[in-house]
Amino acid sequence: MTGKTRENYNRNYLEYVKTQDPPTKHLKNCASAFGVGGLICCIGQFIRYSLSFAGLSGDELAGATSVILIFLGCLLTGLGVYDRIGRYAGAGSIVPITGFANSVTSPAIEFKTEGWIYGMAAKMFTVAGAIIVFGVFSGVLVGILYLFL
Amino acid sequence: MRTEILDILFTYLKAFAVGGGICLIAQIIINFTDLTAGKILVYFMLAGVVLTALGLYQPLVEFAGAGATVPISGFGYLLANGAMKGAEKGLFYAVTGSLTAASAGVTAAVVFAFIMALIFKSRTKRN
Repeated sequence: MTGKTRENYNRNYLEYVKTQDPPTKHLKNCASAFGVGGLICCIGQFIRYSLSFAGLSGDELAGATSVILIFLGCLLTGLGVYDRIGRYAGAGSIVPITGFANSVTSPAIEFKTEGWIYGMAAKMFTVAGAIIVFGVFSGVLVGILYLFL
Repeated sequence: MRTEILDILFTYLKAFAVGGGICLIAQIIINFTDLTAGKILVYFMLAGVVLTALGLYQPLVEFAGAGATVPISGFGYLLANGAMKGAEKGLFYAVTGSLTAASAGVTAAVVFAFIMALIFKSRTKRN
């Protein structure tokens, strides 16, 4: 593609960038996402088993399990371990609830330098805020739909 | 005794397969589009809400246990399930039910993130 229009320049440049990019290792990516994601769910299952032996059941059991997983996610983020797992596992570390914990803790720690209120507290919800907004809104829709069904 | 151990192993296997499978779908989407982590989280949570409202997620939870509840789609399941249970009690609970169900997760995330921010300093990210 030659030709001295601006559009062609841009297109040529984008194609050049693509040749310099390291190729995405689809298979390896997917395998590690599957493995790490599955492993985190197995840890969740283990916590479920342990808590059910401790006498919890129903909503309490489900709630306590996610609280413990969120605690682990926050702690590993604070220690800097979760980022390292994330680099290896991709979606395997994003999609589990520990990834949600990571998305809350990571900006909270990072933006501490910008102050406690506009830094730590406000930036805490950069990703989690979106989840809560869409979650609550769709939850209310579902509730009202079911009320009239 | 032996069947009990096999049962427990099978439960872990199901949790691994379904949980890993959900992450695999997300990874494939990330590989072929350029969705960021935040958008993936929102879309999967919404998928959980929609599938629960259609009655398709409950069987998956019963089949895979933590394999279905630990991924963020399980958070959507929690929200929708709370709303659906609340709808049986009336308008007020239909509206508040979803956040009530999700309160444990949101509270835990906020409190623990606050504590971690008190303890740890941000570190330079090594690539």
